[in-house]
Amino acid sequence: MIVGERKPIEEIEAMIDPFEKIIVLGCRECVTVCSAGGEKEVGILSAALRLSREQNGRAIEIKEFALERQCDHEYIEQIRSMVPNYQAILSMACGAGVQFVAEAYPEIPVLPAINTNFIGVTEEQGYWTERCQACGNCVLHLTGGICPISRCSKSLLNGPCGGSSDGKCEVNKEIICGWQLIIERLKSLGQLDRYEEYIPIKDWSTSRDGGPRKVVREDLRL
Amino acid sequence: MKSASRLEKVLEKGEFAVTSECGPPRGADAEVIRRKGEILKDVVDAVNVTDNQTSVVRMSSAASCFILKGMGLDPVLQMVTRDRNRIAIQSDILGAAAIGVNNILCLSGDHQVFGDHPKAKNVYDMDSIQLIHSVKTMRDEGKFIEGEEITPPPKLFIGAACNPFADPFEIRVPRLAKKVNAGVDFIQTQCIYNLDKFEEWMKGVRDRGLHEKVYILAGVTPMKSVGMAKYMKNMVPGMDVPDEIIERLKGVDKEKRAEEGIKICIETIQRLKEIDGVCGVHIMAIEWEEKVPEIVKGAGLYPRPEV
Repeated sequence: MIVGERKPIEEIEAMIDPFEKIIVLGCRECVTVCSAGGEKEVGILSAALRLSREQNGRAIEIKEFALERQCDHEYIEQIRSMVPNYQAILSMACGAGVQFVAEAYPEIPVLPAINTNFIGVTEEQGYWTERCQACGNCVLHLTGGICPISRCSKSLLNGPCGGSSDGKCEVNKEIICGWQLIIERLKSLGQLDRYEEYIPIKDWSTSRDGGPRKVVREDLRL
Repeated sequence: MKSASRLEKVLEKGEFAVTSECGPPRGADAEVIRRKGEILKDVVDAVNVTDNQTSVVRMSSAASCFILKGMGLDPVLQMVTRDRNRIAIQSDILGAAAIGVNNILCLSGDHQVFGDHPKAKNVYDMDSIQLIHSVKTMRDEGKFIEGEEITPPPKLFIGAACNPFADPFEIRVPRLAKKVNAGVDFIQTQCIYNLDKFEEWMKGVRDRGLHEKVYILAGVTPMKSVGMAKYMKNMVPGMDVPDEIIERLKGVDKEKRAEEGIKICIETIQRLKEIDGVCGVHIMAIEWEEKVPEIVKGAGLYPRPEV
């Protein structure tokens, strides 16, 4: 899933400072799972914003709402009748959701309440880590199912570098060396000889380096 | 011969090679490079010029190499893949060859969090092994990475680093094999303090016959103080400094510790010379270039051979 976390309250307060009537718009997908921008977080953030504005003597009217998804037209349409009554939308979705809502309602500012962090997993309650950088050209079959692009701090395809120490990355001791993981995994698969296979220079054109990307499935188009 | 490199000639002749390092300044003063060049000239066979080492911005390696080349030294252009994509890397390689640089050292580079610009975006369009392969393709096939022809190709003697002490230890020899297969000509190792572990690695290297396919130059760095030894042991990733080294430095008076560090360095070189498969030594006297002549002479490696 896409993992995000809410921006600091001060940053959000500054963003909505010019407005008296806003919609705080949650998303029931990824950001709900990572407890950043779901219905519950919409309630918590709205309460905090109301309180701080009241303390400053400038009350704010907030409409709390959560969409099934902010990355699909059909759900975004659900707020169309509501939008003209407000001055801004504070979206608690990922960066994709914020933008898609903004595209649907060009007449109103749509502001981000979330920092979108990465594509990752829930390691345990309250702890998420990155697994994929969406390079568009998966190499997991070559590297024991562990991604060198996202898990090596230098995205080395023929790692590890000389900075790998006690299984930890040179960047800091909290980071497990991705290549240590790859080697351990290859070993447990009985494929350590694969370590010596040279992985050629990567075609990054399928990554963001090729410009904004799209996927078109003609078989599915109407 | 693959290049016009003095280092290649020395190694090809079977002489024990000596290389050293020149760290460019954090300013635009060419004199700093010239001063270091004067110290190292005729004392070593080739001089590495670091490429923004530890991710701290310094004068460019290529420009510094140009200054040293003009003084008659044989510079080794260090090139990290952290800051340049394949377009800039190949362009810089052509430029370096054009100004008479004969050697390149292919590195991934320290992560930028170590340096003075930790908010920078890194590149890593390729890794160090892919860089070796790219330089070899440019030199031997006369082709750019995408296959277009180069006229004339850059004739560079290709080096890489190797850290026998990094983890996991079991892939340290296979990793060298990978670099050899990618086309590396010479290796300069990480600083060696743990000679037993280095010998264990060298045995693994010989068992696979890799010492016959690549020239291995053993890296050494003289310790200036107990503080430096402790810093290297605890703060520098992938560095193996046994406690004996620290104890030995502690065992002499404070003002004699630098001298003791030089002594340890010379003894290390003498032991390294005896190891089968070690073709030379790479002396990295960090901001202490003036001590290199003393180390080279002390280790009985002066004068340098005529080639």
